[in-house]
Amino acid sequence: MPTGKKLRIGWFSFSCCEDSTVMFAEYLNDHYQEWLPLLDIRYAKVFKSKNVIDQMDVAFVEGAIASPEQEEKLLEIRGLATKLVAIGSCAVAGNFSTQRNEFPPEVQEEIHFLLEKFHYGKKAKKLDELVTVDATVNGCPMSEEAFIKVLNDALVEFGVVEAPTKD
Amino acid sequence: MHQVSEMSSFSVKEITKIEGSAGLDVLIEDGKVTSVQFAINEYKRFFTQAMVGKPIIAIPQMLARICGTCSNAHLAASIEAVEKGFGLVPTEQTKLLRTLAYHGLIIRDHALHLFVFVAPDFFGKDSLLEFDEHDPKQHDVLHDAFDIKSVGNHLSILAGGRSVHAPFLMPGGFAKVPEKAEMDKSLEELKAIRPAVLRAIELFAHCPFSLVRETNYIGLKSDPFSYLEGELWDMNGKVCDESGYRSHLEHVVIPYSEASGYTFDGQIYRVGALARVNLNKDAFHPNTKRDAAEALKRFPSHDVHDNGLAQAIAILHSVDESIDILSNATFVKEPLQQIKPQAAVCVGVVEAPRGTLYHKYETDEKGIVIKGEVIVPTGQNQITIEKDLGEFIEAHLSMDRDQLGIECEKIIRAYDPCMSCASHFLKLKLREI
Repeated sequence: MPTGKKLRIGWFSFSCCEDSTVMFAEYLNDHYQEWLPLLDIRYAKVFKSKNVIDQMDVAFVEGAIASPEQEEKLLEIRGLATKLVAIGSCAVAGNFSTQRNEFPPEVQEEIHFLLEKFHYGKKAKKLDELVTVDATVNGCPMSEEAFIKVLNDALVEFGVVEAPTKD
Repeated sequence: MHQVSEMSSFSVKEITKIEGSAGLDVLIEDGKVTSVQFAINEYKRFFTQAMVGKPIIAIPQMLARICGTCSNAHLAASIEAVEKGFGLVPTEQTKLLRTLAYHGLIIRDHALHLFVFVAPDFFGKDSLLEFDEHDPKQHDVLHDAFDIKSVGNHLSILAGGRSVHAPFLMPGGFAKVPEKAEMDKSLEELKAIRPAVLRAIELFAHCPFSLVRETNYIGLKSDPFSYLEGELWDMNGKVCDESGYRSHLEHVVIPYSEASGYTFDGQIYRVGALARVNLNKDAFHPNTKRDAAEALKRFPSHDVHDNGLAQAIAILHSVDESIDILSNATFVKEPLQQIKPQAAVCVGVVEAPRGTLYHKYETDEKGIVIKGEVIVPTGQNQITIEKDLGEFIEAHLSMDRDQLGIECEKIIRAYDPCMSCASHFLKLKLREI
């Protein structure tokens, strides 16, 4: 049962293929009438132009961190979000976004000039190497069932909907 | 006459409602645009290097991860490359299932661009999510958006197992074929969605924006039209078969961008839905040609914003062809053809939602990749986007700078650029000297 409050959320994508963003857009096909009245979307570049990074109940963060600039933004998000949820395999485990970390020395040498020129970090990192992650939604792309559970739990935790009764 | 130089600047930090992001830096000297730098600031994930040393069977699902939204296009290009390189010939059933999966991609992906990214500009809204349910027009657009996307999503799941990184598609066939009951459900959804798609065509036929600049167009051409097969054509006729593309495409180093630009036979060009309709307008499904006849008269078009109308027509073609396939096909389990390791050169060319996509790999005698190349549509459009922006900005220098930034975003958005393997900021910086 809605309480009249809204869940303040941000949706952020770092280094990845954004497959989970695409899936979120597809989950909305079936859920937008249910979810939109309950969500105050502060930041979601794929859906809106007027985005702000300010206090959030939940920050959903997709992708691995490839550069000091991304690391700085992640820290800013972490500082403003009560809960931070790692979305998808690159955020949770690194996956293809951190494959360069394992390249042999000759390939590292080959790509070094690009890393320097465009200010990459020495290594690409999954989120929990840099910040505390409160929940994870794994999968490549993210699991629909796990995402909906995390969102529903947050709606209850932050008082946006009343907890379902057990009977 | 003495020229008075005026110095001012403005910036739009993030261009939104596109796939991924990039940066734009414009230099104006004495009232003339002297430099436009549309930079794709992609944090590479180095797939070209990572694929080396991998067995060829692992490549399609790996390269699908280049991009979330067009992942099934990468999958299709990669599977085609592997099959051609290793001598596998897909069965007729496999071709039909791939066509269905691809139509699901086109419906879902084009609807995302048209409704979520572009339509808010038509209504002066920041987001589709802010549309007013009580306004009849906005109500229809909002519901059509999610309904059309949903039909595409379900079709992708039916044929491919998932709308992103489809697990059923693989070299040599399909891991699983759809059940009859699921096919019937999807068929009914496709039939029911046609009126909404026709409304989308009507909406984008009345796009309030226009930017006409004549250029060349490249894409696959076939009759009937196919995203997966054909010959490479430009507006003057056939250029080459798929395998001959590399002698026409020329890599252009763009020093401020992590993505590569390209010219085709030394000329800049556009790829994407606009190119496809310009080249194939007579080869669409008969029902599409009948019901979109008025809209099709606009093509060939050189208006960048007609890319939206072309996408809406393409959705109808995908709906109509899928209805035909699902009405007539029966799918049975078939054995997967096996890859025999060998030295091979593998080339796959498909029309991805945003334009022609090229995959090419070489393997050693054990079937291990020794070299690979992927050329994506947005890289090919990068130079022509700069050209459009430069001409537009120069013609509108008196425009309020905030508004000019908004108009530049609309032009970039019209191309439906995809930079999912790109960085996540787009800065528009305009400098005047």
